Amino acid sequence: MDKVVVVAEQRERQLMEVSLELLQKATNLAIILNGTVSAILIGNQCRDLANELIAYGASKVFWVDHPHLELYQSEVYAKITAGILAEMSPEIVLIGGTSIGIDLASRVAAKLKTGLTAHCIDLYIEKIDGKEQLIHIVPGWGGKIMVKIICPNHRPQMATIRPGMMEKAKPDPSRIGNIISIHPDITENDFRAKTLEMVKERREERPLEDAEIIVAGGFGLYIAGGFGLIEQLAKAFHGEVAGTRPAYDQGWIPENRTIGQSGKTVRPKLFVSIGASGAVHYTTGFLKSRVIVGIDKNPSSPIFHVADFGIVEDLKKIIPCLIEELEQ
Amino acid sequence: MPLNIIVCIKQVPDPEHLYQITIDPRTGFIHRAGIPSITNPLDRHAMEEALRTKEAFGGIVTVFTMGPSQAKKSIEEALAMGADRGVILCDPVFAGADTLLTAYVLSKGIRAIGNFDLILCGSETTDGGTRQVPPQLAEFLDIPHVTYARKIDFIDAKRVIVERTIENGYLKIELKLPALIAVLKSINQYRRPTVMGIMEATRKEIIEFGSSICNPSGIEKEYIGYIGSPTKVIEVFEPLQRQNVEMIGGIPEEAARKLIKRLRELEAL
Repeated sequence: MDKVVVVAEQRERQLMEVSLELLQKATNLAIILNGTVSAILIGNQCRDLANELIAYGASKVFWVDHPHLELYQSEVYAKITAGILAEMSPEIVLIGGTSIGIDLASRVAAKLKTGLTAHCIDLYIEKIDGKEQLIHIVPGWGGKIMVKIICPNHRPQMATIRPGMMEKAKPDPSRIGNIISIHPDITENDFRAKTLEMVKERREERPLEDAEIIVAGGFGLYIAGGFGLIEQLAKAFHGEVAGTRPAYDQGWIPENRTIGQSGKTVRPKLFVSIGASGAVHYTTGFLKSRVIVGIDKNPSSPIFHVADFGIVEDLKKIIPCLIEELEQ
Repeated sequence: MPLNIIVCIKQVPDPEHLYQITIDPRTGFIHRAGIPSITNPLDRHAMEEALRTKEAFGGIVTVFTMGPSQAKKSIEEALAMGADRGVILCDPVFAGADTLLTAYVLSKGIRAIGNFDLILCGSETTDGGTRQVPPQLAEFLDIPHVTYARKIDFIDAKRVIVERTIENGYLKIELKLPALIAVLKSINQYRRPTVMGIMEATRKEIIEFGSSICNPSGIEKEYIGYIGSPTKVIEVFEPLQRQNVEMIGGIPEEAARKLIKRLRELEAL
């Protein structure tokens, strides 16, 4: 029984990490529902990726391959995805909360007239009034509160999950699964919005989501003499630079380096927060990091409620000491 | 080629004041008393893009919102910026709508007004932040959409090229009108209402629609508000916080040494 479906995303014939992360979550949910995990894959000449999805937990892959589907095409991707889902009628559909995944999920949910929740940080199944329901945990009001949402009477129950929120499993290349090739019925009218090309920018920067170490700065650096200190420190840590929303507002970091509710969610091995008091809409963006270090000059900053290690110190004094220590 | 442009906006709690929100531990209700409302910041960029398009090609700009009667303030602000008329979709039964039902009601209101060439909105609001309403609205209206737009160029009266931001760059998309475009902050710098604009706004029309636009034959009641929404909030709670922070003291040199030592022990470096 296809109880749980992951809508996979590929760019340039590579699966997005989040699709693999979701397969692990989907596998856990499917066990409870006594069913299996399927995946939907749309692209051009991407059969290898279907095998990869099976290695990561899919029992069945609906593989849609067409030269016109290499790039994300909002209308036709939604039409194909909704068509497959309508036929399968799964209980749960998970989609990676990338800029493209959210766009696709929204239109698909509207086609299926069902509920969709955004950037869930946790998902589990609970019996409510005798019926198994997916509980979606979603940060609300800038992350100040958490909201528990269900979709009691409509199916499928759909959710998007940000990259980095779930952990992917180890692939098992010996896993067996079915690849079902689907020949899409595409017409000119499906391309009223037509993606012509994908242009890459800032090649030299690694995506923040992939970073193992992130050093993030907040407004406290304004008094300490600017953001340059963070860049030096990040270099000493061999990490990536990020920042809070106020750091973005100051023009110190680009939007794609902003951490939190209105930016990126990351879970690096080490997250170092410097000169940020630790407002909840910022901290939700890195709570799942393995080790969190908070450094601020104000001992009552809420950052010390979420950090594993804390230092209360003048930033101008502590940062050079850290750099020196790291470079030894 | 005058264009009929619609801008969808939303009144939201001022994000600067969100820290004032508390949960009553006994009832589980959210207290938001004293938090001022503003127009969702990205929606102002959508308004600006509409005005610039009208200035280039002529036409009419109609601004839409769904919300309680005080949301009229956001409509008035848009009229003062330069919109020609406003529509407020306001009915107690609309309350508690999720994104699907919000998009549905907006689509009904837009249909009731007549033809349009372009719908503009912000890609995201500062309250829910789901980014779901723009594509869902486009689906209900059966028009193509682009979200995350940072640049819009007209080829001719029927076609535009949009730059649509993605994680490591952008997609270049050709879009046939009528269409919906949801914009990002980087698309423009929006104007502030002038005194003249504010005075003129008082003479502009604001149309009010209730649930009757959704319910002409009485059969669509199940499709509005909280009752009709597929998703339901069943509980709110405060996020768990990590406990037991290990504070590292001493002079800066000493603290730095201790911290780096601990991180190496944990293989976090």
